[in-house]
Amino acid sequence: MVSRLRSAPPRYWLIAALALVLAGLPFIVTSFESSEWTLVLIFTIAIMGLNILVGYSGQISLGHGAFMALGAYTTAILVSRYHMSYLVTIPIAGVVSGAVGFLLGIPALRLSALYLALATFALAVVTPSLIKRPDKLTGGVQGILMTPPDPPQYAKDAFATLTNGPQMSSEQWLYYVSLFTGAVLFWVAWNMIRHRPGRAMRAIRDGEVAAAASGINVAGYKTLAFGMSAFYAGVAGSLYGLSTGYVSPDTFPVALSFQILVGAVVGGLGSIVGPMVGGAFVYWLPIVSSQTISAQDWIPSQISSVFVKAGPAVTYGALLIVIMIFAPNGIVGLAAAAYRALRSRLRGSGEISTGQLPPDPHTV
Amino acid sequence: MQEFLQLVLSGIASGGIFASLALALVLIYNAMGLVNFAQGEMAMFAAFIAYALIEHGMSYWIALPLTLAIAFAGGVAIQRLVIRPVERAPVLTLVIITLGLATLFNGLAGFLFGYVPRSFPSPFSVQTANLLGAFISYQDLGVIAVSAIVLLLVYLLLQRTTLGLSMRAASHNPDASRLLGVRVSWMLALGWGLASLVGALSGIMVAPVLLLEPNMMQTIIIYAFAAAVLGGIESPLGAVVGGLIVGVTVNLAGAYLVGGDLQLAVAFLIIVMVLIVKPNGLFGRPSVRRV
Repeated sequence: MVSRLRSAPPRYWLIAALALVLAGLPFIVTSFESSEWTLVLIFTIAIMGLNILVGYSGQISLGHGAFMALGAYTTAILVSRYHMSYLVTIPIAGVVSGAVGFLLGIPALRLSALYLALATFALAVVTPSLIKRPDKLTGGVQGILMTPPDPPQYAKDAFATLTNGPQMSSEQWLYYVSLFTGAVLFWVAWNMIRHRPGRAMRAIRDGEVAAAASGINVAGYKTLAFGMSAFYAGVAGSLYGLSTGYVSPDTFPVALSFQILVGAVVGGLGSIVGPMVGGAFVYWLPIVSSQTISAQDWIPSQISSVFVKAGPAVTYGALLIVIMIFAPNGIVGLAAAAYRALRSRLRGSGEISTGQLPPDPHTV
Repeated sequence: MQEFLQLVLSGIASGGIFASLALALVLIYNAMGLVNFAQGEMAMFAAFIAYALIEHGMSYWIALPLTLAIAFAGGVAIQRLVIRPVERAPVLTLVIITLGLATLFNGLAGFLFGYVPRSFPSPFSVQTANLLGAFISYQDLGVIAVSAIVLLLVYLLLQRTTLGLSMRAASHNPDASRLLGVRVSWMLALGWGLASLVGALSGIMVAPVLLLEPNMMQTIIIYAFAAAVLGGIESPLGAVVGGLIVGVTVNLAGAYLVGGDLQLAVAFLIIVMVLIVKPNGLFGRPSVRRV
C-alpha cells in the first residue's frame, strides 16, 4: 500500500491536494465567497463537457449555452411547478439535456466541422427567443424564481460542530452539492478519456477515415460525445439555476456559450485538468478586472463604467486569438511544456540518448 | 393581397441586406474554406466608423467611400496579422479565432461608442412610393438598388478581370497558382478586404433601420448564415438568391405563421433543414472528399 502510494504519479497527488483544498474552502471563506466558487465549479462542469466534445472528439459546438438553458429550465420547472426535490432534478436535467444532445448529435454527424459550428452558433442565438414562447411553462420574459434550497439537518449539524460556529448556509450547501457533482463527473470523464471510448474519440479527432478503417464506430462515438457533453452542460445549467435562484431567457445569452468555449480553449483543449483552470479563469476574469478598474481613482467614472461593461469582451476576444496563435494547447499545455523543459534541463535530455519518443501530452 | 405584396417587398429589401452580408461570407469561404463568424461584428464596427465620420461633420457621400476604404484596409490587415499565422491550422482553430475577432470587435465598439442605440442617417427618404398597389419606402428601394449594384460589381470583378481570375485561382488550387506566379497569400488578403468591404456596406445599410449599437448585427448574421447556406456556401449567386428567399420567407412567416418574435427561429430552421436535406444548398457543387 505504502509503496503504491509512493510510486503514484505526481498528478494523483495534485488532484488529492486540490480535492482537499476545495473541500475545506467553505470553512475559510465567507458564505458569499463560497457561492462565487460554486459558479466556478459550475463553469468547470460545463467546460468539462465541452472539452469531451471539442477537445477529444474534435466536433465543434458554439451552442452549449442552449443545453445549459435546457438543464436549468428542467430543474426550475420541476421544482417550482411540480414541487420535486431539487436534488433529484439535477440528474433529471442532465438526462433530459443529454438525450436532446444525443438526438441533435445524429444530424450533426452529417455536417462538416464548419457547418456544425454554424448550426450550433445559430442555436445559441435563437435559444432566448425559443424560451420566451411557451410562457405558460417557462414564465416567458419574467422567468422562474426558485427559493434557495435549505441544507439538510445532518449537514447543518456537521458544519456547526466542525466550525464551532454558525450553521451551514444554503450557499455553502450548494457549494458542496456542486463539488460532489463535479467530482463524480470528473471521475467519469477521466476514466472515459483513458479507456476505450476516449482512445476511440481521439482516433476519430486525429483522422476520421483512419479510425473508421480500424473498426471504430465513428457515428456511435461522435453521438456519444455529443450526448455526454450535453449531459454535462445540462447538469451545469441545473446547478446554475439553483445557485442563482432565478432563471430567465436573458440568463442564457450567446455570450454564455462563448464564455464556456473561452474557458475550454484557455484552460487547454484535450486536457483533463484544463477545464478547472478554464472555469476559474472565465469566472474570475470579468470580476477581478472590473474590481481593479473601478478601484483606480484616477480613471474617470464614465470611462471605468464603460470598461467594466466592455472590458471582458475585449479581453476574451484578444485572449482567444493570442492563445490560438501562440499556445493552441492553452494554459495547461504551456505548463506541461514548461515542466518538460525544466525536467530535461535537470535530468539531461534523456530522449535523445535513448532514442525514446517524448510522452504524448494527449495520452494522459 | 396588398398586405402580402407589402410583406414581400419589404422582405426583398431586408433580403438585399442579408444578401450582401452572405456574399461577404461566401467570399471568405471561397478564399480559404472558412466561415467568418466575425463578419457581422466587422460590419457593425464599420457602421460605427461611418457614424463617427458623419458626426464629425463629413457629408454622407464622402464618409461612405472613406468607410468602405477603411473596411477594405481593415480586412486586409486582419488577414495579414491574425489569420495568416494560422492559415494551415485545423478548422476549429480558425473558427475560434474568428469568434475571438467577433467578441473583440463587439467589445471595442462598446468601449469606444457605448451601448446606447443611436440613430444613423440614411441618404434615402423614408417617404413611400406606390408600386403595384403596395407601398415601398425610398429607403427600401435605395437598399435594393445599392445591394444590386454591389453584387454586380463583385461579380464583374471576380469573373471579368485578371485580378478576379487570380483570386479564384488562388483559392481553387493554391499550389498550381503559386507555380504560375500568383501571389496566393496576398490574394487571400484581398479576399478578406473585399469581404470586409461588402459586409461594411450591409452594416451601413442596416444601421438606419435597426438603430446603431454593438449588438446590432447579432441577428442579421444568423439571417446571412441562413442565406449563405441556402444558396450553397461557395456560390456568390446563391448568396444573393438565398438572401432574397430568406428575407421574404422570414417576413411572411413572421406575419402569418409564427409571429415576429420567432422570425429568428425560422432562419435557424432554414439552416438546419438545408444542412440535413441538401447540404450543398441550391447552387453549390456537391463536395467530394478525397482520402
